[in-house]
Amino acid sequence: MIVSKHLLGLAGVRREEISIILQTAQFFKEVLNRPIPKVPTLRGKTIVNLFFENSTRTRISFELAEKRLSADSVSFSTTGSSVAKGETLLDTVRNLEAMKIDMVVIRHSASGAPHFLATLIDAGVINAGDGRHEHPTQALLDMMTLLDKFGTLEGLKVAIVGDIAHSRVARSNIHGLRTMGAKVALCGPATLLPREPREAFGNDIEIFTNVDDAIRWADALNVLRLQLERQAGGLLPSIREYANYFGITRRRLEAAKRDLVIMHPGPINRGVELESELADSEFSVILDQVTNGVAVRMAVLYLKSGGDLEVANGAG
Amino acid sequence: MSRSLITQPCPHLLVRGARVVDPGLGIDQTLDVLIENGVIKQVAPHIQAPYHFEMIPAAELVLTPGWFDMHVHFREPGREDEETVLTGCAAALAGGFTGVCPMPNTSPATDKAEIVKAIIAQGRQTMVDVHPIAAATKGREGKEPTEIAELVDAGAVAFSDDGCSVRTAELVRRVMEYAGMYQKPLIEHAEDESLSLKGAMNEGVIATRLGLPGMPAIAEDIIVARDLLVAEYTGGRLHIAHLSSRRAVELVRWGKSRGIAVTAEVTPHHFTLNHEAVIGFATNTKMNPPLRSPEDVEAVIAGLQDNTIDVIATDHAPHSAEEKNVEYAAAPFGIIGLETAMGLIISRLVLTKKLSLSQAVEKVTVAPRRILNLPQAEIKVGQPANLTLFSLEKKWLVDKSKFYSKSRNTPFDGWQLAGKVFGVYHKGQWWANPDF
Ligand SMILES: [Zn+2]
Repeated sequence: MIVSKHLLGLAGVRREEISIILQTAQFFKEVLNRPIPKVPTLRGKTIVNLFFENSTRTRISFELAEKRLSADSVSFSTTGSSVAKGETLLDTVRNLEAMKIDMVVIRHSASGAPHFLATLIDAGVINAGDGRHEHPTQALLDMMTLLDKFGTLEGLKVAIVGDIAHSRVARSNIHGLRTMGAKVALCGPATLLPREPREAFGNDIEIFTNVDDAIRWADALNVLRLQLERQAGGLLPSIREYANYFGITRRRLEAAKRDLVIMHPGPINRGVELESELADSEFSVILDQVTNGVAVRMAVLYLKSGGDLEVANGAG
Repeated sequence: MSRSLITQPCPHLLVRGARVVDPGLGIDQTLDVLIENGVIKQVAPHIQAPYHFEMIPAAELVLTPGWFDMHVHFREPGREDEETVLTGCAAALAGGFTGVCPMPNTSPATDKAEIVKAIIAQGRQTMVDVHPIAAATKGREGKEPTEIAELVDAGAVAFSDDGCSVRTAELVRRVMEYAGMYQKPLIEHAEDESLSLKGAMNEGVIATRLGLPGMPAIAEDIIVARDLLVAEYTGGRLHIAHLSSRRAVELVRWGKSRGIAVTAEVTPHHFTLNHEAVIGFATNTKMNPPLRSPEDVEAVIAGLQDNTIDVIATDHAPHSAEEKNVEYAAAPFGIIGLETAMGLIISRLVLTKKLSLSQAVEKVTVAPRRILNLPQAEIKVGQPANLTLFSLEKKWLVDKSKFYSKSRNTPFDGWQLAGKVFGVYHKGQWWANPDF
């Protein structure tokens, strides 16, 4: 059933495949709750984590997933993530190719970097975030968290709030959620919304530039981290104004009389896009997301290395 | 590595039974053409060949004035690893072109008479006429105009800061006024960089999906509008390079209707591909201006049809494999185009009946030479023979390993095209395409 050995994004990935990944992730989540949270599933497989951009969370989550599956893994990080150093990727990859690896997990500041990599090597390529393009495992763990909470994604209303234009989390969520039957809204200041979003992602997408409207509409909010340099780029008048007009606060939820599930891919700018108290409140599922992240990544690594669901169950 | 091209002296030649198309003279009929000492001696329905003449049976072929590409990048001086004047001329000839205009964004920029002269001298060793375009401002920095009079004397046929726009409206005005004294056009790369910023592709639905930073079409439109107004004010001559957007076509059409001295060109890739080609992130779809939307492509073709767009030019932009074989955002802009232009023009415009053969040929022969005030290459008795001979129907597979260019950055590798060069005659020499 799993079509490609790569996971480059969620655009074009079919519902069956996402369902299988999410089911497999549920199984691995149970594994994580055992006294010895480890299975021999990927013993003998070699995975390289290539992080050309800082991301402690995602990297640790992948590394943990690999360890829990008994894979041999190494991580390579470089802060020389600037796009101008484009040749770094090709050079690194040529070296890796010689080392007989089964899978590469890559995070890169350039959109399309994993696709470029996939054309160069035989190993499976897992996109751990490319530029402003996609971050498929993040969207999968977001969907898993919503499933835990609501039991289904069909008809669920999810508003993604913040800098949509520059967000890979938003893109992967839009594709994944729509494929699974959820309704999606995008909310943010006009300068941070992408051009032609409905044409790009689907005519049924709601667009809000007033966050209270999004709150009244939604069952769940996925609040994106605001890159503070957007202000320097002239896309925002001030961070203060953003916090006042687009920040999610308990007062706004109460005014809308809504009990919403609040997600955030982390790390949070507390008091900017999300009120600190709310991040730790009964509405927040942010720590569930982190746990689910390891399970989802185990599922992806397992399925993309050729495993299937039944065997995964059998291995338990 | 590039291939070398074998040309041979051929003072006397009879081309028999070709479909002769010369849009400047209004000819489109089956004729024989007799060349003696490199000069056209006779054009008639049937000519008896003198015994010492070479004869080409051309019943299946089209004979036109030598094709002319007014927008190429030859990377000399500065990046001879990517293309030299000599390899660029070989690629031009292999593509059916007997004349080219190298753009000034070399390194250093072609902003001094010596550089113009050196490029012309290199070109003289080939069958191709090389007419450099000089920088409009010193170093292409958009601060001071170049020494336009001296550059004209050295052989520059136009002025451009191609690669970017002439920075300010004031400089556009001064360059137009000064170059206008010599009837030389300003060739504008229309891009307001405050809007295109660090974009990698056309802004719109595909950029949104791919998460690539966008270059909006209005970045182009705004400069076209600005320059049209300056041209109207100064009476100067404006030529818009590689026009790509719907609104820019409309603006040029408006300018012409007002009698402004404006002309425009489009590249084969901009009438062939749209921004959907970027899906997959292949860096040979990265060019500036970027591949636009399907609506823009339609508008550009309509602009070719009603002659709002006068010229087809390739913007041949060689880049090394090392530079292109990177992530999309890191790759340089540009693709090569000399050796695929004819195939794309014939396949996408002529055989699809979007343009008549004569109209298409006009845009690569008469129009560019007219805009640059160069002598026409007419198929007329007494004229130096400057001819391109090609097949309209013959299908061929684009194989970049066979290119004469030093670079290989084409998105058309593996495409099947019709429209193939049979041979080229110019400067008393004949080049026969060994791949025909
Ligand atoms: Zn150019």
